[in-house]
Amino acid sequence: MTGLMIGRRQLMAGVGASALAAPWIARAQGNVIRIGEINSYTAQPAFLLPYRNAWILAQEQVNAAGGINGRKIETIFRDDGGRPEDAVRMAGELLNAEKVALLAGGFLSNVGLALADFARQNKRLYVASEPLTDALVWSHGNRYTFRLRASTYMQSAMLVEEAAKLPVKRWATVAPNYEYGQSAVRSFKELLKKARPDVEFVAEQFPALGRIDAGATVQALAAANPEAIFNVTFAADLTNFVRQGSTRGLFERRKVVSLLTGEPEYLEPLGDEAPEGWIVTGYPWSQINTPEHTAFREAYQRRWNAHPFLGSIVGYSTVQAIVAMLKKAGKVETEPMVEAMSGLQFQTPFGQVEFRAIDHQSTMGAFVGRTVLKDGKGTMTDWRYADGRNYIPPDDVVRQLRPQA
Amino acid sequence: MENLILQALNGLASASTLFLVASGLTVIFGVSRIVNFAHGSFYMLGAYLAFSFVTHLPRGHLGFWGGVLGAALAVGAIGVVVEVLLLRRIYRAPELFQLLTTFGVVLIVQDLALLIWGPQDLLGPRAPGLRGSTEVLGLRFPLYELFLIGVGPVVLGLLWLLFHRTRWGTLVRAATQDREMVGALGVNQRMLFTSVFFLGSVLAGLGGALQLPRESVNLHMDLSIIAEVFVVVVVGGLGSLSGAALAALLIAELHAFGILIFPRITLVLAFLVMAVVLVIRPHGLLGRPQEAARGTGLAEPVIRAAPLALKWLGLAALIAAILLPPFAGDYALTVLTDMAVFILFAASLHFIMGPGGMASFGHAAYFGLGAYGAALAVKWLAAPMGLGLALAPLAAGLGGLVFGWFCVRLSGVYSAMLTLAFAQITWSIAFQWVELTGGDNGILGVWPAPWAAGKLTYYYLTLALCLGATLILRRIIHAPFGYALRAQRDSPLRAEAIGMDGFRIRWAGFALAACMAGIAGGLFAYAKGSVFPTYLDIPRSVDALLMVLLGGVQTLSGPIAGAIAFTGLQEQLSRMTDLWRLVLGIVIVLLVLFFPQGLAGAARSAWEARDARPDA
Repeated sequence: MTGLMIGRRQLMAGVGASALAAPWIARAQGNVIRIGEINSYTAQPAFLLPYRNAWILAQEQVNAAGGINGRKIETIFRDDGGRPEDAVRMAGELLNAEKVALLAGGFLSNVGLALADFARQNKRLYVASEPLTDALVWSHGNRYTFRLRASTYMQSAMLVEEAAKLPVKRWATVAPNYEYGQSAVRSFKELLKKARPDVEFVAEQFPALGRIDAGATVQALAAANPEAIFNVTFAADLTNFVRQGSTRGLFERRKVVSLLTGEPEYLEPLGDEAPEGWIVTGYPWSQINTPEHTAFREAYQRRWNAHPFLGSIVGYSTVQAIVAMLKKAGKVETEPMVEAMSGLQFQTPFGQVEFRAIDHQSTMGAFVGRTVLKDGKGTMTDWRYADGRNYIPPDDVVRQLRPQA
Repeated sequence: MENLILQALNGLASASTLFLVASGLTVIFGVSRIVNFAHGSFYMLGAYLAFSFVTHLPRGHLGFWGGVLGAALAVGAIGVVVEVLLLRRIYRAPELFQLLTTFGVVLIVQDLALLIWGPQDLLGPRAPGLRGSTEVLGLRFPLYELFLIGVGPVVLGLLWLLFHRTRWGTLVRAATQDREMVGALGVNQRMLFTSVFFLGSVLAGLGGALQLPRESVNLHMDLSIIAEVFVVVVVGGLGSLSGAALAALLIAELHAFGILIFPRITLVLAFLVMAVVLVIRPHGLLGRPQEAARGTGLAEPVIRAAPLALKWLGLAALIAAILLPPFAGDYALTVLTDMAVFILFAASLHFIMGPGGMASFGHAAYFGLGAYGAALAVKWLAAPMGLGLALAPLAAGLGGLVFGWFCVRLSGVYSAMLTLAFAQITWSIAFQWVELTGGDNGILGVWPAPWAAGKLTYYYLTLALCLGATLILRRIIHAPFGYALRAQRDSPLRAEAIGMDGFRIRWAGFALAACMAGIAGGLFAYAKGSVFPTYLDIPRSVDALLMVLLGGVQTLSGPIAGAIAFTGLQEQLSRMTDLWRLVLGIVIVLLVLFFPQGLAGAARSAWEARDARPDA
């Protein structure tokens, strides 16, 4: 924690200085490529501060290696405070006042959608890093928007694959009451019914995001007596849900399948109360020893004196994607950049990833495994990397889902 | 059956927490009449401090319970500091003005907590001796929840003893009923206020600290509880402890059973309850009509025509607003457009708050209705921009007519909270009716018509409409209707006696203000290209309130100055530093301390003082 905080302070000094000095830099070094990054830093710090740390790390590495054809990259960070309308204002500011070449970022789905629509209207490139909503590349997808992270649909599909193998029929769901929770539950139900026509859903709970009444929710789920539970809650809601659920024995003799719970952002705060045996998507950062991930992990730990979170992977990979695109495009004008993004192959700590030309979704996957307690901390075991490209519907279905493009 | 009984127990446990926090708020309000936004922050601080104390003290009963009590007392001390340093200086400021300060405190605490405790959620240890669960009717129930169920009534009992069996308590009750009389009888009000603030903060801190074994400690605790606690306090009746207890019980139990029947309703249930209760019982369940505060302030100043110098200043600003933008960049135009929109938004709220004398905590509803009116027309009717912009005030005005009919019957904070309830209900409809409104993913593609797509053209369009509407509002204040509005504010009895129908005047004023806010909302929708439920959420209402209060409620140029200052500050600060909330909070607190009448109010006082000097 202390390492993270020191990092944050240094970073703030850096950001403040760059914001003030920006006009000078722009004039002094006309060949710097600027990236505008907008995110909900004050609203979602747990995910986004490690994200920004990794972003800075990637940028430093690129610049130390000579930049892009000799041109350095520079990022201007903005905080939208979780409000899409502010994100749109800042997008305008970054493009018009700071003269950035492209936009990136976004955590909340509605911020992502607002930025994507802004990009479409203004014909500028937007690389969405985190927003999970399917609408971003499908129903509201557009030529100028690309998304890195595996979508709600893809992650649900990964879990359905495991859920279908379970010898259970009675399912209950619990999800935060907003678009992400609703569409995760919808996808999960549809896909599971397709894979296992014999399952039934006996209860569903939609607590308000960040305000779960955990005791009553757990009780209501237990009253329906399901054999398995699909959980979509995360962060504080998850913690409260797990605490009440384990005290009341909700998880005993029941299977739990849970979105995002294996991410250190959400698993670590649970400490030694992390549930065991849940089937989750996540990121076992300490156990992935592929060369590209080991290199990333060591560089991150050296730079920030803390271990990487999933946010760090997302931030780092976004920069890698942008860098690969800039190298491929050879220009910093929107049209060549958009052309370069389509079908772009690039390296991430998770391996080779591609931005699909058909729907601008990247094939970055997620790790699927079971939660387990080790040394009083939650982590993942029996995990495998689920490659994103295997969890996207066939091309003809995607074309129907993305009729406008 | 067993399940139902257990669900009732769950409700009781939540009710206890709600009551602890709400009791502190209601005690503070009863005596000082301060709408304390920072109460949620005290709750959060209680939880964070308890986490630090408990994890650093030795394990065991002493460490845990000592840590919890220590945290509650520490929060009490923080409350005293806030009271002595900030609030005490502005008790004589206009009603609701203290709200600004407490909002500044909220912003400061948010960033300080992030700096001190970091961004990750913290999970505290469980309570020693109460870790596990017990069997209730064959089902498992956590021991700690049973303990919490006991805490509520015990605290209620102790408070009752304190208020009915001690001299201090008698004074507090007396001050709740008539604080001027208590002061006239020679009671040291300063000590009374400070001690009450201490007690209220301790209760908030205790409520937070007791969550430690139950929930994770996180940076969203403050805002997630404050709205709900306000609802409890208002439903119970302001200043009434037993009312707060009853309301906490009612809301928590409805919540627990609502989850069984219709889970999604939890989003808005508390506000639905509040709306129903306030419509039926205008002073809450056990509240009494508020005694009008006497002698705290003079009658509201008479609104006169603007002095010549101000007219020149306004004209100069207008000329600058017309002539300079062609030379400004695209981004500056965006900011200026936003400012014009917020000037109208603030002016419309000021219209009901200042001349109308009715506070509104839910003005964003009409801003949002305007935005959604335009956006829905675009989405479902493919309406051109002109039609969209015309529908915006219509939708908002209709909303204002319907909601206003209920709200303007009530007075003071009750009326303000009812507007909040309607705003939240509207918000939840926009949020949940995914098929119509797109839910929280909003409505996209609300861009201006090609002829107005240029930033400069759109700016001029916005300027013309917003300034025009603001000037119309100003004109109305000087027209007979404005006089009538002010008459019913200053002396409802006399106004009625000369044949004015106060209700209809307030109702018309409310609907008119809603209409104007709708224009602002419609223009904002086209400026941003998309509409989201955040447009009608609480923070947007709070923004409007801050602009009006910052500018000064009792001056006509107040909302204009406030809107420019607030949007300008927020825009600049969020670009400059990550700690913009901290800086903004400090700036707000300082402005409040130095300009207790708001920016425009202070300017007027300075102006009048200058005028008065030659006579003296």
